[in-house]
Parts: sequence; structure tokens; C-alpha cells
Amino acid sequence: MTTKEVTPAKGIVRISPMLSAQHLPSREDTAPLLAELVSHLRESRTQLREEWARRITLTQLLTAMSEDEIFAEATSVYDNYVEALATGTFEALQAYARNLSERIIPRGVETHEVVGIVLLLRDVLARSLFAKYHEDFTQLNRILDAYEPAANRIANTVAVGFVQERERIILQQQEAIRELSTPVLQVRERLLILPIIGVIDPHRARQLTEQLLRAIRTNRAKVVVIDITGVAAMDANVANHLVQTVEAARLLGATVIVTGLSPEIAQTLVTIGVDLSEMATVGDLQGGIEEAERLLGYKVLPLTDVTTQN
Amino acid sequence: MEVPILKQGQYLIASIQSALTDADLSELREALIAKVGHYRARGVIVDVTALDVMDSFAVRTLRDVTHMARLRGSETVIVGIQPEVAFAMVQLGLTLKGVATALDLEEGLAFLNQRSRERNDHGR
Repeated sequence: MTTKEVTPAKGIVRISPMLSAQHLPSREDTAPLLAELVSHLRESRTQLREEWARRITLTQLLTAMSEDEIFAEATSVYDNYVEALATGTFEALQAYARNLSERIIPRGVETHEVVGIVLLLRDVLARSLFAKYHEDFTQLNRILDAYEPAANRIANTVAVGFVQERERIILQQQEAIRELSTPVLQVRERLLILPIIGVIDPHRARQLTEQLLRAIRTNRAKVVVIDITGVAAMDANVANHLVQTVEAARLLGATVIVTGLSPEIAQTLVTIGVDLSEMATVGDLQGGIEEAERLLGYKVLPLTDVTTQN
Repeated sequence: MEVPILKQGQYLIASIQSALTDADLSELREALIAKVGHYRARGVIVDVTALDVMDSFAVRTLRDVTHMARLRGSETVIVGIQPEVAFAMVQLGLTLKGVATALDLEEGLAFLNQRSRERNDHGR
């Protein structure tokens, strides 16, 4: 029973290498063809480069760059492209693509533009091959067999390189925002300020609390003013996070004063009935700092008052 | 493991050195309350710096110590709760309500001194 089932399967397996051999020429077959292709591309370098740069401008890709720049980049992309075809290794091209992306991403070049210019180059080169071999169809076919997979891989490499560079930048920026979003500032001996700006999600709330607790320890803070003027909206979750932060800070022996609750937020909190009785609140940051100074035993006086007292 | 309880002036200092079992905690509570009376202590400091875990039993024991010591005329302050421990505690809802806390031993002593000064001012 099992042998009967296995036999046809074996037949299929035997057929497939024949199929692939027909359609995908092996490396040994393509090597001379690629060499021929590369020498053709090197011979017509000037003409094809110009054609490509012209087509880029024509299709209004890379509008962020000047024509001279486009031509200069086109030249180096072209050379790297031919190099990749000639050597069959993509590391150099990959490195170049990453370097190129690094330079052009800050100038606002989009993914579709990069993919677009690589596909354009592919088109320009294919057309030049058609023009060269239009009399010998079999040879054209064999050349294209060699050219297409390599060209696809090059296009792929460049596009992936660009997208990876982009993602790297996005990750970097996310990290930067995360770092920036929770500054814990010491304004006086033993007094910290934590201004919160933007949206508080559970992840950020957790990070905020951890950072604050660590800062309380390292600065030996006694009072912390959390200013939420910059928080647009607050729901029960966020309010509870805030209460947790206040309680955790208290466990470390620090008093927390929350300032800058907008009328809208005050209304929301009362409406949804969050218990904020444990939390000291003061209208604005100035009031919060004054209250904190009072708790710490500071008294801030204008210089004139001090001199008259003396 | 027994927790050493040191007498420092009018205060008692219990410095926890390692993780404690429930039985150890109960023992610490009994010992502290007995010594508060014995030494006529005005304040108790429990240093939990070495603890990296604080469960509900530990929190309840510390709260009980605070309340019992207060009944016997002594203020209690818990010092040295680690940031990670504090965060875990509030997430579990163990907030030590009504129990004084301070950053470390030094702050705890400052807190108790402040308290006794306030009491003396009232007495005048």
C-alpha cells in the first residue's frame, strides 16, 4: 500500500530537476553569458547612464535632488550594479545601498522612489539588450535568462537595504523619544520635577514610574512634583497609574505633588470617580514648587525684602 | 534567621539582613514589641534594604508592628524599600497605608527626630 503511494511522488520529484534545468540555467552556463553582458554594460556605460538619469528626471523621481546629484548617484549606482553582476557578490552593493539610504533618507526620499529608480535601471538595461540582440532571438533569450535573476536580486538588495535603513532610523527615533519623554529634573536639593507631556499608555506609565523611583533613590529626593499640564487626556487607567506612581514614591519616603490638572481632566476624574484622596494636588507648577519648598523648609524671598530685613 | 535589633538612643533599629520566612517575621514582630516596652523606645526603624521581595504577609506584619508600637507609645518608620520592590508592591495593591516610610536609615532617623521634636513642642 505504501509503495504504491510513494512511487508517483518519486516520479514528480524526478521531473522537477529537469524542469528547473530548462528554465533556470546553472551557474556554469550563465557565467560566460554574464561576462558578455557585463562587457556590454561597460562599453555602453556613458550612454546607458545618461539614458537612465534622463528617465529618472522624466518620471519625476528623486525630486528632492538636483539633476547633477541624480547623475552622480546614477553613475555610482550603475557601477555598483555592474560590479554586482560581474562578481555575483552583493556585499559591496548592499553596503553602498545602505550608505546611499543614509544620505538620501534625511532629504525625504521615499521608498517608492528608490524602488522606482532601480526598476528603471533594470528596464533601461533590458532595452539595451533587446536593441543589441534583436537579430538573434535565441541568444537574447539566453542572455535574459542570465540577466533577469541577477537583476531581480540586485533590485531586491537595494530595496531591502533602503527599508532596513529606514527601520533602523525609526527604531533609533523611537528610542530617543522614549528617553526624552521622561526627564526627571532636580530643581533644588531633594526636590525633583517630572513633567509629563503627551499620551500616557501602560508601557510608558510603567517606564515613567521606574525612572522616577530610580531618580528618587539616586538624588535622595524628598519631594517630587509631577506636572501633567502637557497631558491631553486622562482616563481611569491613566489616573490609576498616577495613583500607583504616587504610592510607590511614598514607599521610598518621598512626597508627591501633582500639578497642572486642566478643568477637563478634573471633570473627567470626578465623573469617572477615581479616588484621588491620597494625592496632593496643586493648581499649577509654580504653586507645586512653592508647596514643595515649604515642605522642604525653604523660603524664597525677593532680594529687596532680605536687605530690608537686615 | 533572627533579625538583630539594636538600641540607638531612644530608638530601636531592626536591620533585616536576608529573606525572612513567615515564622521569622512573626518572631521579629514579637521581639520588637517586647523591646519597645523594655527599653521605653520612642521610635522603631525597620530597615528592609536587603529585601528584594515583599509579600502580603511581610507587608501586613510591618503594618501590625507599626500599629502595635504606636499603642505602646512608639513611632515606626520603614526604611530602604527598593524601587523595584516599591513598584511591585503598588501593583499588588500593598501600599502600607498609614505606615511611615523613608529612603534610608539616615532619613528614618531624621524623621523620628522631627516627630519627637513636634511632640515636645506640643507638650510645652
